Formats: sequence, C-alpha cells, structure tokens
Amino acid sequence: MQALTNRSRAVSRKPLSFWESLYLPAILKGMMITFKHIFTKNPTIRYPEQKRPFSPVFRGLQVLNRDEQGRENCTACGLCAVACPAEAITMEGAERQPGEEHLYREEKYAAKYEINMLRCIFCGLCEEACPKDAIYLSETFAPANFTRKGFIYGKEELLIPNPITEPEAYALAKGGRVTV
Amino acid sequence: MTVLQIDILLLIEKLVLIAIIVFASLGIALYTTFAERKVAAILQDRPGPERAGPFGLLQPFADGLKLIMKEEIIPSHANKGLFILGPALAMTAALMSCAVIPWSSSVELFGRKIDLQIADINIGILYVFGVVSLGVYGIMIGGWASNNKFSLMAALRGASQAISYELAMGLSLIAVLMIGGSLSLKTLVEQQMQPGALWNIAYQPLGFLIFFVCALAECNRTPFDLPEAESELNFGYHQEYSSMKLGFYLFAEYVNMIMSSAVMACLFFGGYDIPFLDEKTLSPNVAAVLGLLALLTKIVIFLFVFMWIRWTIPRFRYDQLMNLGWKKLIPLALFNMLLTGFFILMKQEGTWQSVTHLFNK
Repeated sequence: MQALTNRSRAVSRKPLSFWESLYLPAILKGMMITFKHIFTKNPTIRYPEQKRPFSPVFRGLQVLNRDEQGRENCTACGLCAVACPAEAITMEGAERQPGEEHLYREEKYAAKYEINMLRCIFCGLCEEACPKDAIYLSETFAPANFTRKGFIYGKEELLIPNPITEPEAYALAKGGRVTV
Repeated sequence: MTVLQIDILLLIEKLVLIAIIVFASLGIALYTTFAERKVAAILQDRPGPERAGPFGLLQPFADGLKLIMKEEIIPSHANKGLFILGPALAMTAALMSCAVIPWSSSVELFGRKIDLQIADINIGILYVFGVVSLGVYGIMIGGWASNNKFSLMAALRGASQAISYELAMGLSLIAVLMIGGSLSLKTLVEQQMQPGALWNIAYQPLGFLIFFVCALAECNRTPFDLPEAESELNFGYHQEYSSMKLGFYLFAEYVNMIMSSAVMACLFFGGYDIPFLDEKTLSPNVAAVLGLLALLTKIVIFLFVFMWIRWTIPRFRYDQLMNLGWKKLIPLALFNMLLTGFFILMKQEGTWQSVTHLFNK
C-alpha cells in the first residue's frame, strides 16, 4: 500500500545502550527544550480585559438598526424569518399609532422580535434579506447564559442604542464591521 | 531556673524555634504549590494563576479555603481510624524531618547564643532517613484503608518504590559520610564551610546525581510519581480522600520536597555557606541571617529544578522504574563508594605504591 505521507518510519527495537538506559542525556535534552519556553512570549488573551480582534467581515450577534433620528427601521415584513435557514427568527407586527412617529420610521413595526441564539447559525442571510437595512450582524458574540431561555433574545437585547440620546453606546454597538 | 535538669529558657527557645520552623515550612509549602502552578504555566507558555490578588499571590489561600470548604467524605467500607491516620502520618513525617536541618549558624539574642537548628543530634542524617521511611506508611495506610483496589495498588507501588530507592540513596550517602566522617548535618555543613574547603558536590558529582534521582523518587515526584499516577490509577492512594485530608497528602508532598531540597543543600552544596565569603569576618548575627538566606536560595533553586523536571518528562513505566533503581543506581552508588574509599585511602597514604602495598599485606 502506498503511504499517504512519507513521514512513517519503522520503530527501532534496538535495545538501549548503557548511556541511553540512564535516560539522562534524553532528559537533559528535554529539559533544555522546556527551559527555552521560559523566554517565549505567551499568546494568552486575558479575556474580559483584552479581546481578540475579529476580522472585519466577522458575523456576530444580530443588531436591530435605527435611523439617524433614532427611529426603528424594522417593519416586521418577515423576510428575514423566511430567509433564516435555522428558523431562529420569530416576530409579531403592529401598526404605528398617531404620536409614535418618533419611535418607528414606517407605519408598521415589530412589536415582538425574537432570535433564538441557540438555533442561529450566524450565516447573515437575514441581513441580506432585509429590504429596510433593519437587521445586521455585529462584531460581538452571544455571551454564555445559565438557561436556555436566556438565549432567546428579544427586542431589549437586539435593538441598537438610540444614536441621539446615547451616541457613545450607539457607536460601540455599531462597531466597524464591513457589510458586504 | 531548671526543670528536670533542663534550663527552662532552653526549652522555651526550642519551642519557639519549632513553632517558627514548622509554620515557616508550611508557609513555604503553601507558596510552593503556587510556584508549581506558575512554573508549569511559564514552561507551557501560559500566564498561570494571576487573578486572586496581585500577580495571583492569594491563590494558595483560595486553594486552601476551597479544600477546607469541601465535603469530608469517608467511604462506608473504609477503615475509619486508619483512613484518618494515613494523611496525619504523612504530614507528621514530612514535618518531623525539619528537626535536624541546620537552617543557619547561631544568632545572639537576649544575651543567649541560639542555634538555628532544632536538634543537633549526632545521627542527624540517619534520623532524616528514618522519618522519611515513616512517611511511606502514610501512603500505605491511606491506600489500604481506602478499601479500593486502585488505592491499594498505588500504595503497593509507593511502598516498593520508596524501599528500592532508599537503598541507592543510602549507598550514595555513605560516600559523603566517608568524606565528612560525621552523621551530624551541622558538622557536615561546617566542614564544607571551612576556608579552602570545597562543597561536597566537587568531590561527589556522581553521588549527588544518584541522591537527587532518589530524592525525586522518595518525594513521589514526576518522573517517579507512580503511586499517584493520574492517568492509570485515578490519583492512586488519595483517590478516596477529600477535603483537608486530601490537602494534607498534597501538602506533605510539598513539605517533603522542601525538606529533601534542604538536605541536599546541606549535604552537597554547603548548607548555609555563602560561596566566596568568609563568614567569620561578619558579625555572628549578620552571618546567620545571610546564611539562612543562602540556604533558602539553594532550596528555591532545588525546588525549581524539581518542578522543571516534573513539567518536562513523563512518568516511568513500572519495570523501567525498578530497572533503574536496582540495576543502574545501586551498582553506580556502590561504584561511587569504592571510588571514594580509594581516593580517601590514597590521600591518607600519599602515593599509589603505598595504597597497593596495603592490599598486598
């Protein structure tokens, strides 16, 4: 049979010489190897303080977008839910009442919008499907949780902070991700 | 004032010294566990414990607290008395060996000359051997009382290993004693301290090597940690132990490490001798403090080597262990003894001819 790699080698069954059977040369050699590792830089990222920089096209947690005046973009059309291959998105639409024009951009909005983060595969198809630029994937990822329920993200978790009242939080949530 | 013909001040002095040395050993052992984790981390390119306190310095206390808070489990089929005796014996034996180690020369306090050694008995090193062999009972009793086959196997391994390696250790020691001519550790150290005298390592490199390997085996350290082999015997003799009883076993291992480092420093590396410095030119108190620091430095270096070895090489197989002990180390130690005897004879008689003449007589 032809070998897959040329790295296979027959095991040497030669009995150890006296010097070898003292194990000392081999042990000293091994100890020099570990000694060298004292001086190597360690690659640890100390997580809560330091974060691993993601690629600019990283697809993380979904964010529900607002426009410049702080109004929600989503019209609860359901295209994202249809596009979702994992069926992670559910929503309920509602009609905008007079006096709510500063909250919702169009006449219809999502009263309830939930993404199950345990189902979501972060493929980004919802972002591609959205005609209103209302949902896009951010640079963060879903943190650990104690319950399964905790992974069903509602509007409180998903909605981006208001750019007018909380500009810093908005900028942080928006991040520098490149959308294609 | 005297009680039973003993100066009461001497009694107080010794009691204080015992308390200080025992607590200091425990404190150092506490931080040795931390150092172990830190050294392991550094050798494996990771940062190690660094969250508890500055640089993780409170980590050993967190570990200790965790052990104390754990549930105390005594298996229902275990022999309860022996089960508790095991870790107690291991710990006691480990701490007892610090009695004869000369930590430094003497200090003068309150008009008294205080030796920084609990007891300078004339059979010092034999006492250490005796107590260390007692430590094996800790493992054996613990393993047997657990009523668990893994524990029992580990206990058997531990006992046979300790007995095998004590032989080679004793034989390599004889060569040192032939040079020193005394069993008292203090005398041995003072001989190495004399101006012009070299440390014993210069005369006994092979003896030191054998002693060091045997010390590793006696402390159940990798590559000789067969009694607690995590991967084969599920932690061996302390498998059934929990809470602080487990803590005692783990702790005894570190105390043993410190003590064997101290003994090695005393026997081969001049104990509290500071290299290239004549202690007699300093005032006795300064010399004692510097000597203590010198001994501690040597101990720390030994501890580092212990850890360095642990995180470098894997465990020996059992037959390899026995082969190394009986077929390699004991003959080597005997050879070393003969060689030393020959050189001592040569030095006494002066020339080669006179030595051969002795044999022809």
